[in-house]
Amino acid sequence: MNSLIRSVLLLALAAGSCLLSSAAMSEKNLAGVWVGTYSEDWPDRFPGPELGDYAGLPINDADRLRALSWSASLIALPEYQCRVHPSDYANSFADIRLWEERDPITEKLIALHLQHFAWQTRRTIWMDGREHPPEYAQHTSMGFSTGQWDGQVLTIHTTHLKEGWLRRNGAARSDKATVTEHFIRHGDILTWTVVVNDPIYLEEPFIRNRDYRYSVDNQVANYACDSVVEMVRAPGYIPHHLPGTNEDVKIFAETHGIPYKAAMGGAATMYPEYIKVIRSLPVPSPR
Amino acid sequence: MQSLSVSSFCKRGVLLALGILLASGSHAQQQDFSKVKIEALKVRDNIYMLVGSGGNITLQIGADGVLIVDTQYAELSDRILAKIRELSKGPIRYIIDTHHHADHTGGNAKLRAAGMTVSGGNVGGDIADAGAGAQIIAHENALLHMTAPPAAGQPAIPSAALPTLTYFTPKKDLWFNGEGIRIMYEPNAHTDGDSIVYFRQSDVISSGDVYVTNQYPFIDIANGGSIQGIIAAANNIIDLIIPVYGQDGGTLVIPGHGRLSDIGDVINYREMLTIIRDRIADMIRKGMTLEQVKAAKPTQDYDPRWGASSGFWTTTQFVEAVYKNLSTAQGK
Ligand SMILES: [Zn+2]
Repeated sequence: MNSLIRSVLLLALAAGSCLLSSAAMSEKNLAGVWVGTYSEDWPDRFPGPELGDYAGLPINDADRLRALSWSASLIALPEYQCRVHPSDYANSFADIRLWEERDPITEKLIALHLQHFAWQTRRTIWMDGREHPPEYAQHTSMGFSTGQWDGQVLTIHTTHLKEGWLRRNGAARSDKATVTEHFIRHGDILTWTVVVNDPIYLEEPFIRNRDYRYSVDNQVANYACDSVVEMVRAPGYIPHHLPGTNEDVKIFAETHGIPYKAAMGGAATMYPEYIKVIRSLPVPSPR
Repeated sequence: MQSLSVSSFCKRGVLLALGILLASGSHAQQQDFSKVKIEALKVRDNIYMLVGSGGNITLQIGADGVLIVDTQYAELSDRILAKIRELSKGPIRYIIDTHHHADHTGGNAKLRAAGMTVSGGNVGGDIADAGAGAQIIAHENALLHMTAPPAAGQPAIPSAALPTLTYFTPKKDLWFNGEGIRIMYEPNAHTDGDSIVYFRQSDVISSGDVYVTNQYPFIDIANGGSIQGIIAAANNIIDLIIPVYGQDGGTLVIPGHGRLSDIGDVINYREMLTIIRDRIADMIRKGMTLEQVKAAKPTQDYDPRWGASSGFWTTTQFVEAVYKNLSTAQGK
């Protein structure tokens, strides 16, 4: 073939394929390993929250009583030891891996899969327009998720969650909650925003962000857990604090000189204006 | 909400001493079944959960035929039968009643009539109709409740709807469709005649009303139910379950009412009931009266999820039942 004609043809093909790929790929490619950055909420994410710190959580009175009744000894029970973090919480920990499942003929995106470092849990985000199952279907820790691209933002809707938690110190998130998530990629930075709507335990939606950096070198490590009997307990024993008897919950407020009321959370404590309220509240003597 | 209508059925069944089990007329006046659709959820290879109105039905199908756990309402039997026939053309051999309430046994007569029992030898010779209809298995106490004198003005339950094979021991085993099925008695739980059904190969438990996901469990004190028995049953179910990991997967549980569950759900249920039990027991120890206990709102944190302020089984009734249970010698 004449080299000039060949060059023209190649150019045309290249231009065509560019057009095609850009048309198909208004959606971003999220596949890869993303390493967590810990510029915010460090205590909440790795060391774990302090006892009695519910500040900034829009929990209602019912959830507050759940939290005040919670005893950390609960997670020493064998059946609680390897309980995984639910999908609206697990992203807080370390790295995640995202990968695509595409139709081999059409290259249409069927699903995105996400693996968390924490507990090595995997979840599927269906991108093929399927419906959510009926309410009587099984609920899981990861829930049932469907996603779609809003421009270049991946928006995920999750239902069918089992009961979970907003913070690892007793603030529960109910199994009636639905969750909306957004994955937003800016070059090598990925932002995850989660919005928890819980008609049972929240006064307002709870919103949380986490950031990740794209990694060329890292892999997500494995994570094993095996339950053991750490303490012999009577069968069926559930550790908890009877109402009004939990002294542990004062630890956070007294350690940091924060009014007890502010430490107990509620929607108002999420907003900057609450600082004015805090100034009017009595401060506990430091421990 | 569906749970409320389900509950109202449950209570009506109890209040009327099951007299209206097959009296379609009076049912239809109170409840419109016309819009109820029977839906099937595949649980495991040969196990389905049928959802309609009333208690969930468990279906096990295979080469031997069909086994049914609980039968919902008589009014729905034709639709239930049609759904079963979509999944299996085999004969209905066994019906297991987890307990006597009308929302779990109302369809007994019709579904039994659609089936057949394997019979022969001296049984077939001695009892002419031994092969007619499916076998209905229940704990002995469930049969006793169903044959108790009906409430004034209510018809007795026809014999065609009664269990044909009862047990009074801790368990009863059978082998059907290639797997062992263990029926286990849960004493004084939702009633005093509760069975849970464990499909060992399929790894599925059909719990009846000792485990529900839609509201606080109904403690039928008049028929021998107790909070301690319900908690014991939840613990027994948890003991039977082997999860895949943590609190996820593995053995699945079809509840009496509500959604298909795994161990995590049953653990949350057990945790909720144990904490409420402990709180009310502590209040009783402190000498608090029922009115004082109610005013102290011992279920406040669980009410938005499990409670009801109206309908048949309210939060107040639940607290009263727990208080009553724990105030008696057996409850302590
Ligand atoms: Zn019942």
